[in-house]
Amino acid sequence: MAFNYDQYLRVNKMPTLWCWGCGDGVILKAFIRAIDKLGIKKDDLCIVAGIGCSGRFSSYVDANTVHTTHGRTIAFATGIKLANPDKTVVCVAGDGDALAIGGNHTIHGCRRNIDITLILINNFIYGLTNSQTSPTTPRGFWTVSQKVGNVDPTFNGCKLAEAAGASFVARETVTAPKKLEKVIREAIKHKGFSFVETLSNCHINLGRKNKMGSAMANLDWIDSISMPKKKWDELPDEEKQNYLPTGVLKHDDSALEYCDAYQMVKDAHQGKRGKITQDDFAKKI
Amino acid sequence: MSELREVISSGNDLAARAAVDAGCMFFGGYPLTPSSEIMHTVSDLLPTVGGAAIQMEDEIGGVAAAIGAAMSGVRSLTATSGPGMSLKAENLGLGQMAETPVVVINVMRGGPSTGLPTRVAQGDIAQAKNPSHGDYKSITLCAGNLAECYTETVRAFNLADRFMQPVIVLLDETIGHMHAKAMIPTAEAVKAGIKPRKVFEGDPADYKPYGVEQDEPAVLNPMFTGYRYHYTGLHHDADGFPTEEIETCRKLIDRLFNKVDAHKEELELNEEYMIDDADILLVGYGSASLAIKEAVNALRAEGIKVGMFRPITLWPSPEKRLHELGQKFDKVLSVELNQGQYLEEIQRCMGRLDIEKLTKTNGRPFSPADIIEKVKEVF
Repeated sequence: MAFNYDQYLRVNKMPTLWCWGCGDGVILKAFIRAIDKLGIKKDDLCIVAGIGCSGRFSSYVDANTVHTTHGRTIAFATGIKLANPDKTVVCVAGDGDALAIGGNHTIHGCRRNIDITLILINNFIYGLTNSQTSPTTPRGFWTVSQKVGNVDPTFNGCKLAEAAGASFVARETVTAPKKLEKVIREAIKHKGFSFVETLSNCHINLGRKNKMGSAMANLDWIDSISMPKKKWDELPDEEKQNYLPTGVLKHDDSALEYCDAYQMVKDAHQGKRGKITQDDFAKKI
Repeated sequence: MSELREVISSGNDLAARAAVDAGCMFFGGYPLTPSSEIMHTVSDLLPTVGGAAIQMEDEIGGVAAAIGAAMSGVRSLTATSGPGMSLKAENLGLGQMAETPVVVINVMRGGPSTGLPTRVAQGDIAQAKNPSHGDYKSITLCAGNLAECYTETVRAFNLADRFMQPVIVLLDETIGHMHAKAMIPTAEAVKAGIKPRKVFEGDPADYKPYGVEQDEPAVLNPMFTGYRYHYTGLHHDADGFPTEEIETCRKLIDRLFNKVDAHKEELELNEEYMIDDADILLVGYGSASLAIKEAVNALRAEGIKVGMFRPITLWPSPEKRLHELGQKFDKVLSVELNQGQYLEEIQRCMGRLDIEKLTKTNGRPFSPADIIEKVKEVF
């Protein structure tokens, strides 16, 4: 029997505002299947989205859903999670939202290792506002704000997340929906900050002026710039920079999660333990 | 709140203690002089009662975390000073639009910009009325003495839940850092007076969080309780879902105003000191009123009949009462630690421009002598 997505959707709010052929729908479906397989109740789930096309993601799911200001998803989610540590909190943000205007919150969400899953939908462009350069737009691409070709260096979100302290980092593409579902499932299951970059297409606002105006052409391009980590690891070093590795890039179950860390603060204040010292942590500095 | 207890404390510390006594369980903030002591106190008290206080990466994150916790249903606080208010402004707009009860304490210092970080001003009065872009109706309370740092913070939490929107409490550097004896209500009395937000208890299928009467706030049930809805800063329908439908958009913004305007009497709070037989009216608020009161007493000892009117709820302003006082008194002097931000409101309410003003923007508080001298000079 076909999977029943409707049970998790606000079907009376359909159709979505996403363009025909947009990858965001693939991510939404993968996310719903992941939630279903994990057995998370809709009442126990909060989805926090930012601004942009990805910002509408939360509104279509029948859960506790939030649509915040531009770039602030992780900051709002931090308040929600810390006040409700036993609930599942997922952020959905675009490349502009999480890596430009909200970059600071992304860094510090990773650093705290708070148990939030960030699904970063990277379509390499500001899609909703009609094709301005984003932090992940490849150099040499046409954008409406750099019509002769983008010169701004590009950001590797996964490398940032890893360096900032996220304990689960993964990348997948909308061309591999089953792998995407699996990675989202692992990310939500993981206790700690999970960073899942999803390479998605925007054939309308990225593709049209960059010789990939159909969804299929844009998806082919995504496949041409990405490959499974195992294969990527075998590339000569000078070639590695031309491809984005996919799959789980980091998975550290030993890192202390922030709500657990804050429980130490509560316990110390409530006299259930002594003061917290450096010896309480495996990593000293 | 009839029972009182004697405490020796500072304004910032009392505001923090008031929050916890009023049932606040979450604080999100960022260090900022001269407000930081509020964060210091709640960081000790909240984990003790099972709540949480988090120092975020910036002011924006501080208010966002506080609003996030408030969305989920817990009483929530952030505290800052002027530069932080500027940064928090956008998210306060989200709080207005999506109707989130959160308390924001602004301990005012000299501005604009970095200004005078450790010195007093009342320069954020106009900002408090409209910190964010767009149309909405702010609620702003202003503590005029140590005890009110406590009582106005408690009142702010109850009003935030009643009107489902951010409520700003203005302190200033003088009153925030003042350390002295104060008589405040007992924690038990505060607890007994807590009025939690309204919740919908019917069938979740019938739940319309924003489908309320035109003079009422949204009814936002806490998250994770079986009433799932959408929360957005976009114009939205009764479900909370984004819409551009003309009538729905009009009614939404109308309601954000109506819900406050229709119930102003629940918000208004003023102090009137010796105005019954007075010839001269002094109008001031916050720490300035401490000097005004002293000046009233000193001038009366000399036979000059002076009285003071002090709004405690600054926004919405006490329009009607100010209008009446404007009719009664020929001689009115506005006293504030800015260049006349509330003076414009007094002029509007009184319907006249011939109001004398005493202003000060050098980072120092008023002394009673400043006021006595001004009264003698202009009247």
